[in-house]
Amino acid sequence: MNLKTTYLGMELKSPLVASASPLMQDLDNIKKFEDVGAAAVVLHSLYEEEIRLERRALMHHLEHGTESYAEALSYFPEPQVLYAKTDAYLEHIRKAREAVGIPVIASLNGSSSGGWINFARQMQEAGASAIELNTYNVPTDPTQAGSEVEQLIVDIVEAVRDAVNIPIAVKLSPYFSNMANMAKRLDNVGANALVLFNRFYQPDINLETLEHEPNILLSTPYDMRLPLRWIGILFKQIDADLAATSGIHSAEDVIKMLMVGANVTMMTSAVLKHGINIFQIIEEGVTEWLEENDYESVEQMRGSMSQIHSMDASAFERAQYMRGLKTYVLPTS
Amino acid sequence: MKNVIFATLDGNEAVARVAYQVNEVIAIYPITPSSQMGEWADEWASHGKTNLWGTIPHVVEMQSEGGAAGAVHGSLQRGALTTTFTASQGLLLMIPNMYKIAGELTSAVFHVAARSVAAQALSIFGDHSDVMATRATGWGLLASASVQEAHDFALIATAASLKARVPIVHFFDGFRTSHEISKIALIPDDVIRAMIDDELVQAHRGRGLSPEHPVLRGTAQNPDVFFQARETVNPFYERMPEIIQSTMDQFAELTGRQYQVYEYYGAPDAERVIVAMASGCEAIHETVDALNEVGEKVGVVKVRMYRPFDMARFVAAFPESTRAIAVLDRTKEPGSAGEPLYVDTITAIFEEWTSHAMPIVVGGRYGLSSKEFTPAMIKAVFDNLSEDKPKNHFTVGINDDVTHTSLNFDPDYSIEPKSVVRALFYGLGSDGTVGANKNSIKIIGENTDNYAQGYFVYDSKKSGSMTVSHLRFGSKPIRSNYQIDKANFIACHQTVFLDKYDILRDVVQGGTFLLNSTAPVERVWDTLPQRYQEQIINKNLNFYVIDAYRVARESGMRSRINTVMQTCFFAISGILPREEAIAEIKKAIEKSYGKKGDDIVEMNLKVVDNCLEHLHQVDVPNEVTSTIKFLPPIAEHASDFVCDVLGAMVARQGDSLPVSALPIDGTYPTGTTQYEKRNLAQEIPVWDSDICIQCGKCAFVCPHAVIRIKAYEPEHTENAPDSFKSVPARDRDWQGLNYSIQVSPEDCTACGLCVDICPVKNKSQSNLKAINMMPQEPIREQESENWDFFLDIPELPRNMIKVSSIRQQQIQQPLFEFSGACAGCGETPYLKLLTQLFGDRTIIANATGCSSIYGGNLPTTPWSHNADGYGPAWSNSLFEDNAEFGLGMRVALDKQIEYARELVASLASDIGEQLANEIRDADQTQETGIHEQRERVNTLKERLNGLKSPQAKQLLSLADSLVKKSMWIVGGDGWAYDIGYGGLDHVLASGRNVNVLVMDTEVYSNTGGQASKATPRSAIAKFAAGGKPGGKKDLGMMMMTYGNIYVAQVAMGGKDEQTLRAFLEAEAYDGPSIIIAYSHCIAHGIHMPTALQNQKAAVDSGQWLLYRYNPDLADDGKNPLILDSRPPKLPVIEYLRMENRFRMLEMSNPDVAKQRFAEAQEDVDKRRSFYEYLANRPFSMNGTEEALEEVQD
Repeated sequence: MNLKTTYLGMELKSPLVASASPLMQDLDNIKKFEDVGAAAVVLHSLYEEEIRLERRALMHHLEHGTESYAEALSYFPEPQVLYAKTDAYLEHIRKAREAVGIPVIASLNGSSSGGWINFARQMQEAGASAIELNTYNVPTDPTQAGSEVEQLIVDIVEAVRDAVNIPIAVKLSPYFSNMANMAKRLDNVGANALVLFNRFYQPDINLETLEHEPNILLSTPYDMRLPLRWIGILFKQIDADLAATSGIHSAEDVIKMLMVGANVTMMTSAVLKHGINIFQIIEEGVTEWLEENDYESVEQMRGSMSQIHSMDASAFERAQYMRGLKTYVLPTS
Repeated sequence: MKNVIFATLDGNEAVARVAYQVNEVIAIYPITPSSQMGEWADEWASHGKTNLWGTIPHVVEMQSEGGAAGAVHGSLQRGALTTTFTASQGLLLMIPNMYKIAGELTSAVFHVAARSVAAQALSIFGDHSDVMATRATGWGLLASASVQEAHDFALIATAASLKARVPIVHFFDGFRTSHEISKIALIPDDVIRAMIDDELVQAHRGRGLSPEHPVLRGTAQNPDVFFQARETVNPFYERMPEIIQSTMDQFAELTGRQYQVYEYYGAPDAERVIVAMASGCEAIHETVDALNEVGEKVGVVKVRMYRPFDMARFVAAFPESTRAIAVLDRTKEPGSAGEPLYVDTITAIFEEWTSHAMPIVVGGRYGLSSKEFTPAMIKAVFDNLSEDKPKNHFTVGINDDVTHTSLNFDPDYSIEPKSVVRALFYGLGSDGTVGANKNSIKIIGENTDNYAQGYFVYDSKKSGSMTVSHLRFGSKPIRSNYQIDKANFIACHQTVFLDKYDILRDVVQGGTFLLNSTAPVERVWDTLPQRYQEQIINKNLNFYVIDAYRVARESGMRSRINTVMQTCFFAISGILPREEAIAEIKKAIEKSYGKKGDDIVEMNLKVVDNCLEHLHQVDVPNEVTSTIKFLPPIAEHASDFVCDVLGAMVARQGDSLPVSALPIDGTYPTGTTQYEKRNLAQEIPVWDSDICIQCGKCAFVCPHAVIRIKAYEPEHTENAPDSFKSVPARDRDWQGLNYSIQVSPEDCTACGLCVDICPVKNKSQSNLKAINMMPQEPIREQESENWDFFLDIPELPRNMIKVSSIRQQQIQQPLFEFSGACAGCGETPYLKLLTQLFGDRTIIANATGCSSIYGGNLPTTPWSHNADGYGPAWSNSLFEDNAEFGLGMRVALDKQIEYARELVASLASDIGEQLANEIRDADQTQETGIHEQRERVNTLKERLNGLKSPQAKQLLSLADSLVKKSMWIVGGDGWAYDIGYGGLDHVLASGRNVNVLVMDTEVYSNTGGQASKATPRSAIAKFAAGGKPGGKKDLGMMMMTYGNIYVAQVAMGGKDEQTLRAFLEAEAYDGPSIIIAYSHCIAHGIHMPTALQNQKAAVDSGQWLLYRYNPDLADDGKNPLILDSRPPKLPVIEYLRMENRFRMLEMSNPDVAKQRFAEAQEDVDKRRSFYEYLANRPFSMNGTEEALEEVQD
């Protein structure tokens, strides 16, 4: 079966890509992903905040209390070299590229324009096959208009585009007034792919300590509905490739995403639940399904159920929602 | 001569650079002001820097200077080129080995940043009392006078010592030279190469001990030959002056810098000549020029080689015209015929003066403990020589109104040349002022033809401290090595100084004043005190203002205003063309911050760009409009001594205090920090009495004792201010009482530990607790009034307080308050607790270190007393001997108690049998018993007052010892683990009832964070720049092996109740005890407001074990070891990553970090299992077998 697909200008042996997660910090895991058939890996994210905070914390601690008292003008020896997280990350890209034959996509997570864009260039120099730019942003300033938030993201993508030659994928949240317009604008400034969608960390409350606590919930198959819809809508509407992420847990999920037009499908939660071997199982499942249903290749199927190729274009729109509600039956209790 | 390469650096670095090149082994130990030399050596070695022979010297940290000297001696005996760096008491500890090294004719150099030796007080500052104490050791003494000379003499000394086979102490003045930043010509490597003769190096090596050609050295000799053998070395000393001079000449040929062992400078026909050594020579040189220019005939003989003292060469240095000589000694030898250089000069003149009439020779003291030595004082010395009968044995620079030794001088006399730019900067330690100025000096020194000099004056407090930077720039080498008092430019970086100090006193007519103020330019004039307005108008100053905080904030720099102020300085001063200056600042920023990240660089660059548009020149009005006066330096209700003497020191006027104002024996009153309201906090904690559960934790952890608690009868609130908070006490034992928590707003440092530890959350607003930080200014007045009212509420009688529970115990009055320790200090809460529990009957022996500084550095002391006048009696002896010092006190006390009891018995019939018996049989294990005994002793004293027998008088002088005393020996890990360990071990082994508190910060905190044996594996510290490879010494375990020592390891932030219990048990134990207390520290690189979370993580990860070993339990047949730590619930790595000291290893050497962190986890696992084994072991006084049988039964 021909599972080949193209993504970010690269030919991949299948549409199964391991998405950004902390698992990627370990080179052995990356090798395992290759072994079980992942067509590409997206490295864990290098967070803009992390870069800044780490540097500022270091500066603060190296300077705190210095030059205040005659006997202790400083408290630490001056380090000759400092490998910041960024250095380690760049080193990791290099090592990952050496260790595996599949493309290694670096992931940069930021939400403001600033010096961190330079890291994109460094990622390219370190040998990243492409960069996935994660514009994770939760706007909380009530005076900031939605248009400003959108413009900022467009500006970042444009700035990174100017900084590097390698392909850029942009991982987005779905929270825009007009997702399609946003997608088009990013397409226009040179995004080579859109990765749909980002799942936001939502804080939980610990009732014992009355403190907010991070509590990452893994995706469920239900989460795939949102990317399913939007990939379906965007297919052929924009030039950029489309990557589906969130809620893909089975071969069926992959097939559905491909049918609405995804170039690739990305998985992490499924891996965290079932282990890295899930890639192999899903690949076998996809192959089996394609064979059973007489498909020749993934490419043949791709976009077959997208909005523009759909019998019922309203399936992706408001009318479908009304239909859904009308047919809903209350459970008997 | 080659092209000269200049560098701008301080004396310590200038010396270390050479010493590192020409040695193979370097033994180090930290002591101010020499520590940086060792730090450089360690850092360079860890970076792989090689010496002259292309190999990396071995740098080894020792446990004391005595140890360093021993290691140096050993290394020399094996023939390695070896050095060390030290000062003050450190050098004194080396003396025994120095005799040996010289006696064995060994080539070696010690580089000494000369510093005062502690007498009536310790001083970290410079004079020659340390090096003078070594002059009998047989070492050569070579004095350098400036940073350039120190750099040069480091090489000359080494080269000469190799030739002479006589070791040399190369010394330069502590701080004045060791810490002065100066532009100097570096010695090129090929010059070093040429100066060090490899044949001599090999000869030195050849004399090393080797089994291949075995010898015996270090024999014991008898009366028959010792004397003769001692005289064998004479030829070496006879040759040495010529060797040193010829080495100086060789150096001059190679570099163009010619030195003479005794160098005359001045008029060829001078009649009056000063003789001096080290940095003072520079100021004298400059003054000689100024005086000769106006027609006087004066000169100076600079003594470079003090030992051997070559009398003929020395005398030959004087012009024949010399009529009167003043010899200046920077030391004091009470009871001597005169100070050493003076006495040697007299001898030399007497023996060697051959021309016409012998000159008059007088001697005087100057500059002790870095006392300023200025042209005005030098002129006074020359003027004295003009007198018919010049004053001898004089002092200069002080007002001695007791024995009238001092020379008068005109403080307005100045010879500062107009061509030199002189700038003064007043900043806070935390705002980066000094760092920026050091940077400016380098920019000017390295980018222009100008010479540059920087000297920095720091505060006596560690938190909220003021810094004054003295910068000079000029086209000629700068010899003015004294502080600036005629500045062309003065910058005040903090408005808080305005109403405290008369900063503009030191600015010249037409000078410039730059102020950082948040006031808008049009209103800034109105914010100035009257005295400032007067001086700005009268001196016709150019007045500039900038809101540096705004610029910093808008550029993302928060409160770091250093770059802003630096840019303004360059923009206004015109030392460099503005554009060029800005370009250079930017280059410097990229150099300094480059490796710390682009974003840090960018923030700083942004500051530079944003700066100038906010810099404004103020239109100075013609009239003084302000009515603002200076604040009194000290609360006016304090005693006269506190106001007049300590107050002068607080106001930075201590130099003007006459001799008569000061205590004769270094004895000072306690409880004086309360009068020095420092107002450091922009925010202070405010108590929410409605939701408070009255647990007492906020007060328990408060490092500055500014959070106080009282429980009291409700009637005391009758005249309370309206805003005073008082609620019913929740504790069942205190039913009917009221309860208040009060903060002292003007003593708080805003460290925030109290808020972090508070366990209560506001039910409506979860970001609020029962104590919250609020802006200080709006509530300062009100809370000060509340504080005063609170202090007047009577303390609850101590017998009504259950000391074993923190919630009650915390109402005990602390007798350690408002120290100058760093904000959020991890040590001081333990000391405060100690004083709450036992302070009214405690004697404290305090090892030198942070605690002796925040506890005993003038002007004021946090050690306090209660309303009855009882409180801790405190003393500091040395760093190395504190345990012995405390033991001495204990032994004295024991003898006094014993003798007093004997006297009570023998005087029983006179004082009353019942009283005598009650006193002798008193149970003083509880507060009640102690209180009753104090009453009895008071009665006893009354009765004794009526008796006239000698025995009664004896007993009267000893009666107070009958009240139980608590002897505490306190210090840091540097003392307990390293330098004082031998003594500590002996003292604890003595079985005497002493209590030891080790405040373990895991580094030498006071000297800037050098590694000690308490430093944990993988921590980066000074002297462990590559991360400490070895594990932490388990001091507690070592002490437990004695079996009769109470040992506890505690961490206040880990388990506070356990800490309290350990203090109570240690004190109650009738024998030696030691508490090892985890003390977080800024040297850990942690976020100080949440430092207790680090303590908790240290405990939760098992990195820091909590336990108590109580020998009393063994007496009861129980296992004496109680492991208070629960099994670890946090991987060690998570704790390590909370602290910069460990994280830096990950960032600088990830591979090593990975390995060491894994080893750190292994350490923890092994230690835990070993302690668990011991704590769970069946125990019986009759042996293990029987215990096992009991368990089996």
